Amino acid sequence: MRVTDLVATAISNTFRSKVRTTLTVLAIFVGAFTLTITTAVGAGVSQYVDTQVGSLGAADVFIVTPKADDAPADSGPVEYDPATSGAAAGGNFGPPGATSALSDADLTTISDTDGIQSVDPIRALAPDYVAADDGTKYEFTINAASGVTTADLTAGAQLDHGSSESQIILPDSYVTPLGFASDAAAVGSTVQIGITDVLGAQQTVDATVVGVSLESILASGAGANAALTTELAAVQSAGIDTGAARYAGATARFDDSLSPDAVLALQATLADDGYTANTVADQLGTVQTVITGIVGVLNAFAVIALIAAAFGIINTLLMSVQERTREIGLMKAMGMGGGKVYMLFSLEAIVIGFLGSALGAGVAIGAGSILSNVLSTGLLADLPGLNILLFEPLSVALIILLVMAIAFLSGTLPAQRAAKANPIESLRYE
Amino acid sequence: MQAEWVIDGRELEKSYGSGASRFDALRGVSLQVAPGETVAIVGKSGSGKSTLMHLLALLDAPDAGTLHVAGQDAAALSRRDVNELRNKEFGFVFQQFFLTPNVSVLDNVTLPLKIAGIGGKARRLRGMEVLRQLELDDKAAKKATTLSGGQKQRVVIGRALVNNPRVIFADEPTGNLDTATGRVVEDILFDLNREQGITLVIVTHDEELAARCDRQIYIRDGVIFNETRTPPAHTGAHAAINNTGGAA
Repeated sequence: MRVTDLVATAISNTFRSKVRTTLTVLAIFVGAFTLTITTAVGAGVSQYVDTQVGSLGAADVFIVTPKADDAPADSGPVEYDPATSGAAAGGNFGPPGATSALSDADLTTISDTDGIQSVDPIRALAPDYVAADDGTKYEFTINAASGVTTADLTAGAQLDHGSSESQIILPDSYVTPLGFASDAAAVGSTVQIGITDVLGAQQTVDATVVGVSLESILASGAGANAALTTELAAVQSAGIDTGAARYAGATARFDDSLSPDAVLALQATLADDGYTANTVADQLGTVQTVITGIVGVLNAFAVIALIAAAFGIINTLLMSVQERTREIGLMKAMGMGGGKVYMLFSLEAIVIGFLGSALGAGVAIGAGSILSNVLSTGLLADLPGLNILLFEPLSVALIILLVMAIAFLSGTLPAQRAAKANPIESLRYE
Repeated sequence: MQAEWVIDGRELEKSYGSGASRFDALRGVSLQVAPGETVAIVGKSGSGKSTLMHLLALLDAPDAGTLHVAGQDAAALSRRDVNELRNKEFGFVFQQFFLTPNVSVLDNVTLPLKIAGIGGKARRLRGMEVLRQLELDDKAAKKATTLSGGQKQRVVIGRALVNNPRVIFADEPTGNLDTATGRVVEDILFDLNREQGITLVIVTHDEELAARCDRQIYIRDGVIFNETRTPPAHTGAHAAINNTGGAA
């Protein structure tokens, strides 16, 4: 029997018992649909995190925070010690529960570590407003981590941390309110930043706009270079020595020619000194791990549905083999070999698997695309660039292949039974 | 090709089961079927007549004894060779038709060709030729289940015929048909023998059908207990049968 005839026969046999085939296909449909959707959610969210945040991270920077106190959860509050204790670290960075702060001595220790080129403290700055020449003031914040991030620019250039000029990167939502004609027109102009010092007096600091950036979920607010943050910090403290400086964290630049292993070694050295040093990639890794975990659980449910469907295939084909005992006997009497009979039933299983998975994936793509569009203009409109369901052709193809493989395995038992059937006994079967 | 395409079985034995439930279906049967011959294997149910046919048709292997087909020892043939031999040289007609439901008459008839790996177009041509010969060409596209019993058995004969076999094995070919329809089916089979020289091996308990064959082999309890030969000229069936056992 030719392979093409085998395939054609398998397809037409599949449709001989329509109700049974339809029900089995439906069971696979549910599994394939779910798997396609969950995979698409995983891909969509991962891609969003990658593009929104991954592009922002500088590859040669650590975010250094003091190591969290290793206090067991049930041992009660940690006793205050003026030498080590400080205000709880806030902001976007640092693990939860980091109750220590970095002092200037810490910064020196870090910058003296081999491989670290420079260290900048992350300063908590609380500017009141930003205004352009026309005078209208708008509330705004400065992203404390702008020293390590690379802005997703729509116009202009990145911050120059070596420059003595005070530079700022404005979020694009500020461009029109501040009276600029376009993103490009804002670049090069000067804006005034209002800040209240510790004595309660309001001061202004001038900054040059060097770029305009898109808002992103993890790096909100404007970006400021080292010169501007230093100046703002000086104005904020109003020249008064407020005691030993304490920082929630610091950014440390390391030699970007270091190998990944050397970076790990450097992190270990800093850990020995009592600091947690993470690259932006490490921090993203945590986010990705969580997303991967959630998607993994969802996928596991889909696979459970597919396993249930696999038993449906086994049952369907066993019934089919039972029903067609005489037909199998006849084909064998007419000289069809056991191998071909096996192939025929395996192919029927694969056809059922293909029907279910192709339908499931197709409907998932159709419904998912509509849902994704509705969500991106409605519920998720605040997250520009988020495509909650991302259907990658490769992963859809892999899902279909996976389901066909599961179907093939399910068909093994019935196909074997058919292949082994003795033609005479099959023909005598009533 | 061999000059004599003979099926030669010697001292064939076959039993089923083991121990107390052991059943000896055949206990030493020797039978030669010559090309172009028509042989009736007659016996009651349980006599071993179907088992004998299965052995001769290579559907089953004997426990003891030898079987030669066209001079070749069947036991020495590979499984693949046996399958090919059955596919190319044998045709089968069964009492219960064994037509595939919900499949067209044409597809039913061309099943052996499909198994042989012959292309779709050649299959259709040969299938229609056979259906025309059996006056069923107007039913080619119909589902097999819509046909009457006689038509079904003609389709079965068409299926047995489609691969131009040397031998057609028929197991109770008229068992499910009324007398008139059965007669028509018998006529078709004997016409095939006369016109195309196809050897017929017919298993039956119908004396009249057996009498139309050249030879009658009577089987009882797994052994041949009588063998008769119909005289060449038709002188009345009963004159030829001189057995004493009630085989009907």
